[in-house]
Amino acid sequence: MERDNHQEGEAEGVKICDPPSESNPPADTLATSLSLLGNHMFPDPVERNDSATVNKEEPADSLPSVDTAEEQSQDANLDSNQVTKLEAEETENSGQCHSDVSSQSQSSEDAAADNGQGDSGEFVVTMLAKAKLEEQGIGVKGRSSPLLEAGTQESPAFISHRDEDVTADSWRQHRKHVFVLSEAGKPIYSRYGSEEALSSTMGVMMALVSFVQSGDNIIRSVYSEGHTVVFLQKGPLVLVCVSSSRQSERQLRGELLYVYYQIISMLTQASISRIFEHKKNYDLRRLLAGSEKILDGLLNLVDSDPSFLLAAVHCLPIASSLRDSLSQILQKAITPNLVFSILIANNQLLTIIQEKTVIEDARLEPADVHLLLNLIGASSAFQAGEIWTPICLPLFNPDCYFYAYISYLDPPECTVCLLLLSTDKEAFYAVAECKRKIEEAMVAQNSLSLIAKVQSYSVSQVGVSDLRHFMYKPFDVPDNYRQLTQFTSPEMEAPYSSEEEKMRLLDLYRYMHSRIHSTSRPLKLIYHVAERETLLAWVTSKFELYTCFSPLVTKACAITAITKLLRWIKKEEDRLFIRYPPKYSTTPNPSKSSRGGKSDQQDSTDNGFLSLL
Amino acid sequence: MGDDHQQVPGGAQLHRNTLSRPVRTFRVKMVLLGSSGVGKSSLALRFVKDEFRNTSPTVGCAYLTRVVHLNHATLRFEIWDTAGQEKYHSVTPLYYRGAHAALLVYDISKRETFIRAQVWLKELQTHYIPGSTVIWLVGNKGDLEEVRQVSAQEGQNLADEKGLLFTETSALSGEQISELLLDVAHRVYECIGAQQGGLSEWQETPFVHMHHRNTSNPLASCCKVGP
Ligand SMILES: Nc1nc2c(ncn2[C@@H]2O[C@H](COP(=O)(O)OP(=O)(O)OP(=O)(O)O)[C@@H](O)[C@H]2O)c(=O)[nH]1
Ligand SMILES: [Mg+2]
Repeated sequence: MERDNHQEGEAEGVKICDPPSESNPPADTLATSLSLLGNHMFPDPVERNDSATVNKEEPADSLPSVDTAEEQSQDANLDSNQVTKLEAEETENSGQCHSDVSSQSQSSEDAAADNGQGDSGEFVVTMLAKAKLEEQGIGVKGRSSPLLEAGTQESPAFISHRDEDVTADSWRQHRKHVFVLSEAGKPIYSRYGSEEALSSTMGVMMALVSFVQSGDNIIRSVYSEGHTVVFLQKGPLVLVCVSSSRQSERQLRGELLYVYYQIISMLTQASISRIFEHKKNYDLRRLLAGSEKILDGLLNLVDSDPSFLLAAVHCLPIASSLRDSLSQILQKAITPNLVFSILIANNQLLTIIQEKTVIEDARLEPADVHLLLNLIGASSAFQAGEIWTPICLPLFNPDCYFYAYISYLDPPECTVCLLLLSTDKEAFYAVAECKRKIEEAMVAQNSLSLIAKVQSYSVSQVGVSDLRHFMYKPFDVPDNYRQLTQFTSPEMEAPYSSEEEKMRLLDLYRYMHSRIHSTSRPLKLIYHVAERETLLAWVTSKFELYTCFSPLVTKACAITAITKLLRWIKKEEDRLFIRYPPKYSTTPNPSKSSRGGKSDQQDSTDNGFLSLL
Repeated sequence: MGDDHQQVPGGAQLHRNTLSRPVRTFRVKMVLLGSSGVGKSSLALRFVKDEFRNTSPTVGCAYLTRVVHLNHATLRFEIWDTAGQEKYHSVTPLYYRGAHAALLVYDISKRETFIRAQVWLKELQTHYIPGSTVIWLVGNKGDLEEVRQVSAQEGQNLADEKGLLFTETSALSGEQISELLLDVAHRVYECIGAQQGGLSEWQETPFVHMHHRNTSNPLASCCKVGP
């Protein structure tokens, strides 16, 4: 546990990963140059000097053997009284859920506290702020305000956080900043504040990236006590996240990847590379103008919807008979080159079917579904008329476009949405005809009113007292590896009804997730007593489960509760998941596939769990 | 298939006209082009529902339908409301191909959108034979008189010079909206519909693919657009 704490709670330092197959300079040289860089760039040289550390990610480190992890988990379980106590204490100390802040960080946090919220301590923010000062001071005197420049551009009247004052404290205090820039250091996107106002800040970021790059290395992250800065370079784009959310580096990088993919979904990877090959300092904002809202929406979803964390889709629980009849309706309304038909209600999946012959062996990745759902959710424009738009599914194929037909089936409410993906850009009329057939069949079967009654479920239906919430994600197993990865979760209810409380629970889940998926020391089972609740996370080869209990639950109770919960999920799985997703083709559905084999898994996992007691 | 299903459930009900001869229904493809934010979707929503709502930038293209009754014919407008964002520029030909009417929309309070409308015009003209498409210049946001950057006279001059028709509208207030649609309908019917093969007849399940319409149809070119 101790070692785990130290490795995970990396207080400060710069984490660098060697690109494969490239030689790297000796670590001490690199460390020296980085601390020099620190001196130069950051206003707190003293603090930087003694705490800056360089971490190279050793491949061996990231792949511990399963045995070790298993031991670790048993240890955790056996010693859990002790661990629990420790965690509980720390929780009280910091007043936060994140208990494994290392002592190093703790002390520097104390030190920083004296300085108030100004420029010291939070060196990342300072770095950004300093860049801002430089912009105002040196070299840019004669330039007109960037905001004015923006005004002369073709900038439509869609504004959200773009007009925020980037020098204000409120700007710095955002929990999670996301920046996208080009390799030439040109700003492309900022979650808060206009890109123009931040151009120097982004220039500094790029300088940092290229400095490390010049040493044949890749900068991955920078830690300060309050913030984590994560870098992700994808082709000609650099994505940076500055977060005070205390999420793990890996989680943050995953989120940046979603941002990258959302950009790809609009422009394709091939065209982005082509553009920047052609013109290195191209201003990509030209092509992304008007899409900020989609990226903003994505980042809000990433923060509030655990689907992204779990990399799985959440489907609406409905009686399997209704789901089957909807799937059949979709299956009967097909046309050449139609490859996916997706039915969505309230931004959650009802059913999804796919053409089998066109895309042999392929399956839709959860991330692609998330991007599609975000696109639909972010654009109320879909509510008028039928949409026909090119869209790229980056995980499916980052270089080519599908044509998406999007239409709501229940105007004016606009909650039930049909999404048909075709590979043929000329197929609009044929695809729209499919929609007409689907609409007709749904009227005949009264499907819309049945869908309207569908609701997410309450945790009380599980019938386990003390259980407040859970997230259950069955894994890909050989039997169903071609299926869409899904998870199920009840509605968040009291005490998690307010936005803050919901976020707090999600943060706890994110913390548990980062512990479970720690690269240095993954755990299989965590029993975590927090201030206001007790959480238990458990991962097996068959599933991943996160549960939240009332704080007074005993460990024995929690364990019985989980056994009951797993039984309940097993009983309800036809309703909770899209099972046997239909594929339309000449070959009959392989009915043996999917989660059919899960009955025996269930038993063995139950046993596995009980044997830990 | 279209939004007009509720209003016009079947062909039979279109024959409300008092004329003894059954009125035929023709399909008219109309495309809206112009910079992002000039109000194309707002205009389309006015055409179709006579509503004004806050909109988001269009993704790709939105397809809406509206039926217009003329004395001797009924026109079923298939409106392609394109996205003005630059990233969709390369796919726009997909949407304007074979259009009978094109509305080039600009925002009277933003000069660069007026310039952009002229770029769209050039693009249309290099792809299409004059006369096969009724091109209408539309200065929208007429309600923003106090921040106007393009005068009505300028719009009219450009239209005269290029042989286009011209209207100023306000999707916000509804000013000139229904008039515009009706004018376009008349114009299209007179110029294109009167010729054989100019407009295709609408069946309830249209298997005719509009975009395969032969745009080099020599019959269409005899009607030169313009005053
Ligand atoms: N004052 C005023 N505002 C308008 C008018 N028409 C549209 N708007 C506003 O202008 C903004 C953009 O309108 P849209 O209809 O979405 O613009 P668009 O041309 O469809 O934009 P894209 O879909 O991105 O190409 C919205 O905020 C509308 O409310 C108008 O006649 N007067
Ligand atoms: Mg629009």
